[in-house]
Amino acid sequence: MAVTLDQPLASSALPRLLTLRTDRRRTLLDRFMRGLTVAAMVVCIIPLVAVIAYVTINGLAAINLDLLTKPPKALGVGGGAAAAILGSLQMVSLATVMAVPAGILSSVYVSEFAGTRKAAGIRFAADVLAGVPSILVGIFTFTILVLPFQQYNAFAGSVALAIIMWPIVLRTTEEILALVPGTLREASLALGVQRWRTVLSIVVRTGFTGILTGVMLAVARAAGETAPLLFTALGSRLINVGDWQRPMDALPLFIYQNARQPYPVLNAQAWGAAFLLMLFVLVVNIAVRGRSMGRRTY
Amino acid sequence: MTIGTRARPSLTRRGSRLADRGFVVLTAGLAAGIVGLLVAIAVMLTLTSRETWQTFGVLGFLTGTTWDVVNGVYGALPFIVGTIETSLLALVIAAPIAILTAIYLAELAPGRLAVPLTFTIEILAAIPSVVIGLWGIFVLSPFLRSTVEAFLVQTFGFIPLFSGPAYGIGLFAAGVILAIMILPTIITISREVIIAVPNAQREGMLALGATRWEVITRAVLPYARSGIMGAIILGLGRALGETMAVTMVIGNKDAIPDSLFSQTQTIASKIATTFNEASVGIQTSSLIALGLVLLGITLTLNVIARLLVRRVTGGVPRRV
Amino acid sequence: MAVEVGPRDSGSSPSETPLADGAAGSPVSEGSATGRLSIEHMSAYYGAFCAIRDLNLEIVPQAVTAIIGPSGCGKSTFIRTINRMHELVPNARVEGSVRLDGEDVYGPEVDPVSLRRVIGMVFQRPNPFPTMSIYDNVVAGIRLGARRPRAELDAIVEGSLRRAALWEEVKDKLRQNATALSGGQQQRLCIARALAVEPEVLLMDEPASALDPIATLRIEELLGELRRLYTIVIVTHNMQQAARISDVTAFFTMDEGRAGYLVEVGPTRQMFTSPTEQLTEDYITGRFG
Repeated sequence: MAVTLDQPLASSALPRLLTLRTDRRRTLLDRFMRGLTVAAMVVCIIPLVAVIAYVTINGLAAINLDLLTKPPKALGVGGGAAAAILGSLQMVSLATVMAVPAGILSSVYVSEFAGTRKAAGIRFAADVLAGVPSILVGIFTFTILVLPFQQYNAFAGSVALAIIMWPIVLRTTEEILALVPGTLREASLALGVQRWRTVLSIVVRTGFTGILTGVMLAVARAAGETAPLLFTALGSRLINVGDWQRPMDALPLFIYQNARQPYPVLNAQAWGAAFLLMLFVLVVNIAVRGRSMGRRTY
Repeated sequence: MTIGTRARPSLTRRGSRLADRGFVVLTAGLAAGIVGLLVAIAVMLTLTSRETWQTFGVLGFLTGTTWDVVNGVYGALPFIVGTIETSLLALVIAAPIAILTAIYLAELAPGRLAVPLTFTIEILAAIPSVVIGLWGIFVLSPFLRSTVEAFLVQTFGFIPLFSGPAYGIGLFAAGVILAIMILPTIITISREVIIAVPNAQREGMLALGATRWEVITRAVLPYARSGIMGAIILGLGRALGETMAVTMVIGNKDAIPDSLFSQTQTIASKIATTFNEASVGIQTSSLIALGLVLLGITLTLNVIARLLVRRVTGGVPRRV
Repeated sequence: MAVEVGPRDSGSSPSETPLADGAAGSPVSEGSATGRLSIEHMSAYYGAFCAIRDLNLEIVPQAVTAIIGPSGCGKSTFIRTINRMHELVPNARVEGSVRLDGEDVYGPEVDPVSLRRVIGMVFQRPNPFPTMSIYDNVVAGIRLGARRPRAELDAIVEGSLRRAALWEEVKDKLRQNATALSGGQQQRLCIARALAVEPEVLLMDEPASALDPIATLRIEELLGELRRLYTIVIVTHNMQQAARISDVTAFFTMDEGRAGYLVEVGPTRQMFTSPTEQLTEDYITGRFG
């Protein structure tokens, strides 16, 4: 006799295993919901695939020598993204030069010298700073580096990018430093090496690969940022090499400008530039995260 | 050769202590710099926007519905509404999908699949906003226009919320694109939070005769509740601050949307499109005031969210 | 040197113990075979590693069977094979048969989810659900099934808490969060929760090892009462506890390959006073483990 478990308590019929069935409703619900989670997973993958596919297809079609080597035409429609490419290279490099030492040294403080409360406070501040919308970082940099000089300039653009990179470098470096065993520090100090040299030569160097990882992620992030540059470096149609007091173009700015133009030729250039940018960002991210895939330590 | 005739190195080593002390000061200064920077941002934004606050008053500016450069009237309400509506729409779309996906990745996916799939989600987060915006203009928008929006207008067009015309550019498109962008945020944090639920909870529910889904809904999710809330709020925070992709598909019209498909404007998109053309001091000041409002909202949400997540996991995963 | 223990009745005739409000508990008459476990040639694996080899064991109903042995010899693995929790570990599997009243719980027709209603488990560390009240914890298992009227749930809660000897202490604070209770109370709550779904068999994995001595004693007294109604299998690393509360004792150990196996099983009194195997005597007298 088939007996389900949903009979009332006061029952003298004892359930038998072979005829035991969990309520069909529960079993179906279980299977259905589990299937739904798989469907949700698929739904998440679709936009990713779509973006990468379209950018690649449209972008590759637009890549040619002109795009890579020529600046936008002075009159009319045409030319290329040379100004943008050079601009991005320069501004991101300068931002890196500013943000990496700042990030590493400040994380050194958190990891090596600060008490628990101060450390927690600074970590928190870094996380909060990382959460500030990048357009507001752009406005801030505008007020301190553009307004006083009444001049959009590439240096301000770099500073804005550096502000965005700083907390990223700090947090990733700090985590790496925390993994360096204390015995290493003690051994160095016991040998009479000064604290600052211990930290820099021993601790930081030991964590070098991990720190490099964090830096690369920050660089990829900075390379893709548009909003902070809108009011600082502004963008430009002219190639600018080395003049930090003038506006400078960048790949994200180039994409943004050309996407909104009514000329298909320029739109195509936007796709080409987007492909370059996306390729760079993806390669860095995959290379960096791929190595630590599956090894998550928090 | 005698040992011990070397001069003993000076035990005081004043120079090196100075170097050490200097090093600590240097690093401490830089670390404090982060805090200082945060304060500086808030201060500068407030200072440079004071003309607006003084002219219209805080409440006046926040509730004003007109943004008229010619006549010098500035009100933030349309942009605040646009920001909140796009972000909420993004949340409504993204949160259920993200939580289900996080459940899949954390509880149900076989190990060999879970790792690469989680990785793939994180990659989505790395794609620059402007690239997604470009895709949004030329791919997503026409697609939405001819499929989802056309369907909704046809079927529900009599309800004002769904009234046309639907051009694929507007509130709805912005909401969808934002949803795509905040999915990784919500998924990765929710997944961490779910993984952090102690196994003893799952076993306790299993031992009572629960199906796997019942274990998830009755033991795991309630335990992870506040952490998932935190993940959602962090996603909301990300949506609020998103600029480029939204700017490119939202239509840039300074009006409170009356339908899901109207063109509108968020705080970020307003600033992005008009800041550089601002000719009058008070216009710039008002745009910065908008930025300050956005800063206030995102900072508050960020802090609340992190506290919630900390409750469950004891820390927030860094790659957010 | 043998350990002296007091005499223990085995299989005294149980009486019907009503839950509050007249909802009757499962009556078991003397000599009925409900809740008898027969394990035949059972081996348990984690991947390639054999955790238990070729186990043959009978577990009698209305009695407490204690599983003792050194750490790592598969005692916990063993009880998890009974309610099919073992197979939830990736790559874990079971060979052989585990029969409940003649029916193999690993049979193709058997639903593990339903099985776990009939065979309940209490864990080493109390694991009440922290987002639920005491009341909701007790009925957590009941709520998985069809909806029952409030009055019925109330009766189940009172009955289960009484059986777990916790009712008097919590009856005025049923709505309070379960984590407000002490460790010993939480464990009795977990027992009440397991009992609420009316299992036939109760598996207990070192239920008192995380508790203080007084709480431990209360759990042991509780088991003395419960054994009249359920088949109880208790894993314990505490030999004195096994001697105090069990009717039958099974001694496990592990071989050179770290696979667990049954050395000897018998009435507790005999196991502790005059065991047959030398290994058993060595363990009992503390010469190893």
